[in-house]
Amino acid sequence: MNTQQKWTAYTTLLIREVLRFSRIWIQTILPPVITTALYFIIFGNLIGPKIGQMEGHNYIDFIVPGLIMMTVITNSYANVVSSFYGSKFQGNIAEMLVSPTPNWIILAGFISGGVARGMAVGTAVTLVSLFFSNLSIQHLFVMISIGLLTSMLFSLAGLINGVYARSFDDISIVPTFVLTPLTYLGGVFYSISMLPLFWQKVSLLNPVLYMVNGFRYGILGFADIPLWVSYLIIITFILILGSFSLSLLNRGVGIRS
Amino acid sequence: MTAALELQALRKTYSNGHEALKGIDLRVEQGDFYALLGANGAGKSTTIGIVSSLVNKTSGTVKIFDYDLDTQREQAKAQIGLVPQEFNFNVFEPVGEILINQGGYYGITRPQATQRAETLLNQLGLWEKRKEQARTLSGGMKRRLMIARALIHEPRLLILDEPTAGVDIEIRRSMWEFLTELNQQGTTIILTTHYLEEAESLCRHIGIIAKGELIENTSMKELLSRMDSEHYVFDLAKPLETIDSPECCRFSLRDPQTLDVSFLRSTSSLNEVFQVLNERQIEVISMRNRTNRLEQLFIDMVGEKQ
Repeated sequence: MNTQQKWTAYTTLLIREVLRFSRIWIQTILPPVITTALYFIIFGNLIGPKIGQMEGHNYIDFIVPGLIMMTVITNSYANVVSSFYGSKFQGNIAEMLVSPTPNWIILAGFISGGVARGMAVGTAVTLVSLFFSNLSIQHLFVMISIGLLTSMLFSLAGLINGVYARSFDDISIVPTFVLTPLTYLGGVFYSISMLPLFWQKVSLLNPVLYMVNGFRYGILGFADIPLWVSYLIIITFILILGSFSLSLLNRGVGIRS
Repeated sequence: MTAALELQALRKTYSNGHEALKGIDLRVEQGDFYALLGANGAGKSTTIGIVSSLVNKTSGTVKIFDYDLDTQREQAKAQIGLVPQEFNFNVFEPVGEILINQGGYYGITRPQATQRAETLLNQLGLWEKRKEQARTLSGGMKRRLMIARALIHEPRLLILDEPTAGVDIEIRRSMWEFLTELNQQGTTIILTTHYLEEAESLCRHIGIIAKGELIENTSMKELLSRMDSEHYVFDLAKPLETIDSPECCRFSLRDPQTLDVSFLRSTSSLNEVFQVLNERQIEVISMRNRTNRLEQLFIDMVGEKQ
């Protein structure tokens, strides 16, 4: 395949993925927007004023970046894991495997689909948050780049889950028992400086913390973690998971007998 | 001439230890219509899976139009169109979209793929269904959709794994006509089927796989010529109570008006049979082959192997 043909294959995969989640927007876009709006109402407007300031910001303003990031993470992951496993389950993954499309383009297509959904939901949630908070973005580039990189990272994680999944149960176990706890304990609702020293150190083992804090820095100009550390951690994880995903596709794990 | 498909010492052992292919050598010439036959579990689908990159081989080489599947993977894959045994498209995608996406995976731009999809869907009688989700199609339509999808990139080698399984006779016949026309236009076709009549009427060459080994690879004509015995069923005008077999053939009454006739082609002919029947003043209303000839051969050969 020449470069033009590879580009066609990539855009085909991307369009297919975007159409897939757009067709079922009631299942993919709407629920996270409603759930996050409820978070804004409950934690921001009802409980928030009683909590007071968090690191010099209103509580609602403090949690907005974390909540946006939470939806980006879960939706990027969910999109790729369900699309990849769905393709395996229905057998239409073979459409790609028999074609000359290189595995790295298949990987890029699925990941871009996950990023597209993560960004679509993230943007929708950001717009909704404007009704509840006084959002003023301090560093737009940081906000967008951390959002994109995080979305990419969790799309990769979703793909790995999809490769190994053998049943629909397998694609819900990781989000329920790993992703959700990591996200909730990743500083979405609190600053780790509130924790005792021991738990602060334990929290540093949670990769989601670096993403939430990087994103929060982009919006509020404040974070518990230095910005460069956030970038370093996210990019390192992307490289590790990206290489691993590609090696899984090259070896045909879970997709070729 | 470059072979459309060349397999050398192809082996596959699955992770559970099952040795599905035990060193297959096979050559299919360009423009051929080739039947790959074998009982369930013989290794047909594994062979097709390896050629179409859906199954990892254990060892051996696969060349498609001289492109090595290991070292020239993209070029080799671009030559093949695959119609698998099971329906394997996204049932929630519209019919037209399935074809356009498949074209995209082969690097065909959307406008070009749309044009080709229109031609194929019209040829295969699916144009009216182009905007409908694939799940709404009937079984026969789904089969035709898989053929259209396999042809969107105009492959030089089309591989069909049981393409007419579960479709009614009318659709099967129209698919045969379509495939014959495609083959006449130069596309090499490899077919696996359980309908041996299908293989006999469509294919020029035949390979038989049994227990992971290619036990036969020859022309259909040559294979059928090996079959010496002929079996016919005659419907008689008047009932008979008994009948003796003459020297030239063997008679046996299935019922008073149905006569089974067997003879060896090397020593007798239908003329001799009719001569005997005329002498005995037995009137025949109609006659038919008792079994499909290829079916008989297939059973004999696979039976021997087992």
